Amino acid sequence: MIDFKSTLKIALNSLYVNKMRSALTSLGIIIGVAAVIIMLAIGSGANKQVQENMESMGSNLLTIRSATAKTGGVSMGAGTKPTLSIKDSEIIRKQARGVEVVAPLLSSSKQVMYGNQNWSTTVYGITTPYLYAKNYEINLGKSFTLDDDRNAAKVAIIGKTIETELFGDVNPIGKTLRIGNVPFKVVGTLVPKGQSGPMDQDDLIFIPLTTAQRKVFGTDFPGSVNQIIVKAKSIEDSNIAEKDIEEILRRTHNLGKTQEDDFKIRNSAEFQEKMKSTVQTFAILLASIASVSLVVGGIGIMNIMLVSVTERTKEIGIRMAIGARAEDIRTQFLIEALVLSLIGGLIGVIAGIIIALLIGKIFATAIVISIMPILLSFGFSGLVGIGFGYYPAYKASLLNPIDALRYE
Amino acid sequence: MSLISVKNAIRTYEMGDETFYALNDVSFEIEEGEFVAIMGASGSGKSTCMNMLGTLDKPTSGQYHLDGVDIFSLNNNQLSDIRNNKIGFVFQGFNLISRTSAIDNVCLPMIYKGIPEEERYKKAREALKIVGLDKKENNMPSQMSGGQQQRVAIARAIVNDAPLILADEPTGNLDTKTSIDVMEFFVNLNEKYGKTIVLVTHEPDIAQYTKRIIKFKDGKIVSDLPKNEWEKQRTRQT
Repeated sequence: MIDFKSTLKIALNSLYVNKMRSALTSLGIIIGVAAVIIMLAIGSGANKQVQENMESMGSNLLTIRSATAKTGGVSMGAGTKPTLSIKDSEIIRKQARGVEVVAPLLSSSKQVMYGNQNWSTTVYGITTPYLYAKNYEINLGKSFTLDDDRNAAKVAIIGKTIETELFGDVNPIGKTLRIGNVPFKVVGTLVPKGQSGPMDQDDLIFIPLTTAQRKVFGTDFPGSVNQIIVKAKSIEDSNIAEKDIEEILRRTHNLGKTQEDDFKIRNSAEFQEKMKSTVQTFAILLASIASVSLVVGGIGIMNIMLVSVTERTKEIGIRMAIGARAEDIRTQFLIEALVLSLIGGLIGVIAGIIIALLIGKIFATAIVISIMPILLSFGFSGLVGIGFGYYPAYKASLLNPIDALRYE
Repeated sequence: MSLISVKNAIRTYEMGDETFYALNDVSFEIEEGEFVAIMGASGSGKSTCMNMLGTLDKPTSGQYHLDGVDIFSLNNNQLSDIRNNKIGFVFQGFNLISRTSAIDNVCLPMIYKGIPEEERYKKAREALKIVGLDKKENNMPSQMSGGQQQRVAIARAIVNDAPLILADEPTGNLDTKTSIDVMEFFVNLNEKYGKTIVLVTHEPDIAQYTKRIIKFKDGKIVSDLPKNEWEKQRTRQT
């Protein structure tokens, strides 16, 4: 029997002797492996981007709105019937399980003015837990204090878009802007969050909830709110909380068994799951397209190895005549195929990483390169080498030495 | 005990409805240290006989003992080992592996024998020295003349210390002068190193370097004579 090192040397030598052919054969695997790595990097990049996007909107959120008012069978849209109140939010905070924070809010579209600039935006009457639930962070200045809320202080925190549109280069902290006709002192600005779909997440103004109720949005129902945002402790908790809240609200709103809910709960977990699975499907699609090219590369190896067996029939005959066993011949050809695919795999990994990084730079998309797909595609290229190299190697080992020697 | 002992070897090929007898009940023995030429026209069975002696082909029936081993009872791996250890082949077309240096060609049988690399190169150099090519060890076959290539092949045949050398028309592709050189190497190997050599040829000029001539015709041995008697017969015929 022949030792492995010598077989490896024979295989490397015969690959070296046919440099061009070896390079072209490896190219198939190089492209395949590189494609897998690039596609997976883009796929996980997209996944990461969606994740971050979702986190910026706040995670594990339940949004409770008043149900649709119906006027003579015509639906007036979500939240048109003011059925939610601050009291509801207090009860939810005390009784529902799995709840981290509860943030009631009032919101409405308003015209805001500073100097001779004016801008139409959404004004939110909030309590500070809202900032936490929705992942808003203070950039300059400070947040509201408890006193602000208690005293219905006329203070505002403004988003980046308002800052640019109304104040331009002026530092807005301490300046006074008008919401409708009411003057507000700007106490803080928000860290920009950017677009979320068509929504500009920075085009808004926050004021204390009590101020909103008493001084900005004249309402017929004191204590009513448009929405209650509930942040659950985890995704699992958000489902428990959803059930509890439904039960609590039905009870406090005195709804009979046959009556419909007069509120609506939207669970962000569902949306999150949906988004996640969409992105995952997308990533799997990319990876499977890339794997096809890896398989095609493998078939290329098989093709070349088969040609090589025919071309080297005489060499095989000589080796058999001077004492090579069938398994020695098989091992030699198998190692040749394996070396081709592993070298191709290695170059493919390096090329894939470089190209993925370049794509990330050029198209400014998120690229995530992790160790798993690298090991996976490298390992897979080895399997491809063995899988597609085996048949030609087996065929070579079956040659009859007399016929092989006579072959010209 | 004879080195080679062939008894009642029959090798048939089916050609359509007819059965062709490539070997038709052939028996002979060759002792250690002999230098034998197998002669005959093409189709006489000499090549079939050679393939059988080289364990590359199995006859339809009969027996073949090489160095006391019943060859036809062995499996393929055992046959590979026999070829590796007991037989050195020299072919008409040299059959060196192309784009592989002379010394690496000579090393091949030792790779399959499992000899360590260092020892391989040492023994390969010795073998190349015997055939006078120690200065050409790094040459590729394409950089060598036919005579030199055949000498590399001879070095490869003797490097594993095989007792038997089988040469199939070793001078068939060489000019007269180089043929004489190569034949003198064989004589030297036989006389100085005691190798048993069996050589297939159809040229009487080549056969006369040997000590015993076996003639084949139509799959049968028609004469088996020591060289001096064979020469007498030849002169009588002409």
